Amino acid sequence: MESSQSGAQASAGIGLDDRSETVLMRAGWLLGACGLIAGAALAALLGLNGLWVATAAAVILAAGAWLGGAGKLSSPSEPAQSDAGHGPIAAPELLRAVLEQLPDPLMLLDDADRVMLANSAMRAMVGTDVEDKTVSMVLRTPAVLQAIDQTALTGDPSFAEFVFRVPVERHYQAYVARTPQSPHLTAVVFHDLTAVKRAEQARADFIANASHELRTPLAAVTGFIETLRGHARDDEAARPKFLEIMSLEAQRMRRLIDDLLSLTRIEQNEHVPPSGTVDLEFVIRDAAAALAPLAQLENVTIDIEAPPDLPAVTGARDELIQVFQNLIHNALKYGKSGGHIVIALAETAEASGRRGGAMIAASVRDEGEGIPREAIPRLTERFYRVDVKRSRERGGTGLGLAIVKHIINRHKGRLTIDSVPGEGSTFTVLLPARSPALPPSVMEVL
Amino acid sequence: MRAPQVPEMSDHTVKAFTEKLEALSSSVAQMGGLAEAQLADANEAIARRDTGLAERVIAGDPRIDELQQDVEDQALKLLALRQPMAVDLRETLAAIKIASELERIGDLAKNIGKRALVLNREPPLRLTQSLARMGKAALSQLKLVLDAYSDRDAAAAESVWRNDDEIDEIYNSLFRELLTYMMEDPRTIGLCAHLLFIAKNIERSGDHATNIAEVVYHMTTGGHLATERPKADVTSSTTVSFERKD
Repeated sequence: MESSQSGAQASAGIGLDDRSETVLMRAGWLLGACGLIAGAALAALLGLNGLWVATAAAVILAAGAWLGGAGKLSSPSEPAQSDAGHGPIAAPELLRAVLEQLPDPLMLLDDADRVMLANSAMRAMVGTDVEDKTVSMVLRTPAVLQAIDQTALTGDPSFAEFVFRVPVERHYQAYVARTPQSPHLTAVVFHDLTAVKRAEQARADFIANASHELRTPLAAVTGFIETLRGHARDDEAARPKFLEIMSLEAQRMRRLIDDLLSLTRIEQNEHVPPSGTVDLEFVIRDAAAALAPLAQLENVTIDIEAPPDLPAVTGARDELIQVFQNLIHNALKYGKSGGHIVIALAETAEASGRRGGAMIAASVRDEGEGIPREAIPRLTERFYRVDVKRSRERGGTGLGLAIVKHIINRHKGRLTIDSVPGEGSTFTVLLPARSPALPPSVMEVL
Repeated sequence: MRAPQVPEMSDHTVKAFTEKLEALSSSVAQMGGLAEAQLADANEAIARRDTGLAERVIAGDPRIDELQQDVEDQALKLLALRQPMAVDLRETLAAIKIASELERIGDLAKNIGKRALVLNREPPLRLTQSLARMGKAALSQLKLVLDAYSDRDAAAAESVWRNDDEIDEIYNSLFRELLTYMMEDPRTIGLCAHLLFIAKNIERSGDHATNIAEVVYHMTTGGHLATERPKADVTSSTTVSFERKD
């Protein structure tokens, strides 16, 4: 990647040093374009943002210097005319067209800091027409103006990072570079860092949340240890009660850690599609069997309705068992005591993604009090709980549905949630049916 | 775009004049960018309890004052040497007026920064979230009005002028909430007084944004927005009755 960067700058060098040599210029420009494409490809492959920005800036400077030297660069108000002396490439239009399509915002300034050229991403970033205005009328962010001033003063490229706080927070990095000889042209290229910053923020939030969740049971356990060491040392009656609470809290911590670990594992594998063949009905029967003791305790019956000859799905058996265990567990926790849970399997006509195979739907329906409408979109967020106190009482970790979502994502399936307050909720998992097995009817025709 | 105002002026003179006027506008925009950044950073310093940022805000204020001086000098030179007329004259005067509003916003941001230093020494308060929301509303107004200035957009300026209500609404509810807080627990009075002033400063910077909106509207159209703006700030007559608990 080192070499690619210097290559792009070298091409810029050709473009800048010998402006009188039209042939060299054109070579520089073409090389620059190659560098640009290579840079874009590299950046896409490796996520090297800084390199991409630097490459793009070098290229537009090279191109701009050539055009500026040839006196061809024009503002939109006076469209460029390609005259006969400059060969077959109608460069200004071509340059403009190429830059216009680049995903990163960029602009080229003349030596009076007026915008000579800007692409569509640039216009979208500032939300207004840009060309032929002075730069501070376009973008008044102090960090960027300072970087432009500094580059003008020293001639060296400079970087600036800045934030638009309103209306939606957006983070950008700007790279400023300038041609060494008069007339000075300055290229300003921007790179959107919003996604990176958001991911950083999400990670920080997650760690903060997880620590907070662990601290609550830990505080309870330490509290009871203190009590048992202190004034309850000889209290025979209190001891088993306290130990029971401590054991429950310790179990809660273990569940939370287990969930955190499985979430991490699933996330690591999320981009690797599963390869096994799984019969969903068996998976669901296994999951239900594991929870049978709990169901008995809650006096809830679990009914499984599965049509015969349901196609298998492609999936990882253990993960799918976890999906249905979590869903059935939720139905037991939040359903009515003495009620029913119905798990229905069906083949749906709905196409799965682009390949268009059938989907198998497995829905888990409870007769609980339902979920408020506004809470439904947030259910799969980590540590989101509709009712914090109740979830804690029932030993929830706040991660169950997040795990379900990630497993289903890995299986290229979907999760839909329907709920009528007062009547119950239905969680439906849609998974793509195993594709090569043609339906029997087709086999007969063949 | 800018037709020569006096027929006998040569092209060269007109060009030089246009350039001077544009330089004046970009100085105002640059100053606007600084004021925006100062206000945004002051809000961040409160929301994230960032003392370093608060100190940078305080240290950054003289730069805005310098720029205001610069804008005034440029405008005076234009007035004295070129005698601009019609829209050019309005633009020159607008630059002076907007610069002085921006300078005030800079001062308010600096004051918020100073209070952030005090707040950050105390335990965090839930109310700072409302302040952050209010700060965001004020920042949004300032951004929109500065965009309207850069784009010479009278309609955008008018909509800023009409939309000051949101800030006032948050200010009203925050004001009531703070009064109740102080009554319930007199130990919080010191802290709440700072919060009250911060809220007031944010509310004032929103008002300065609407003042700028009036100037931009006048600059572009030559007309005036009606003098009585719908005001939603009722705190000057808000009281919370003190209930004695037995």
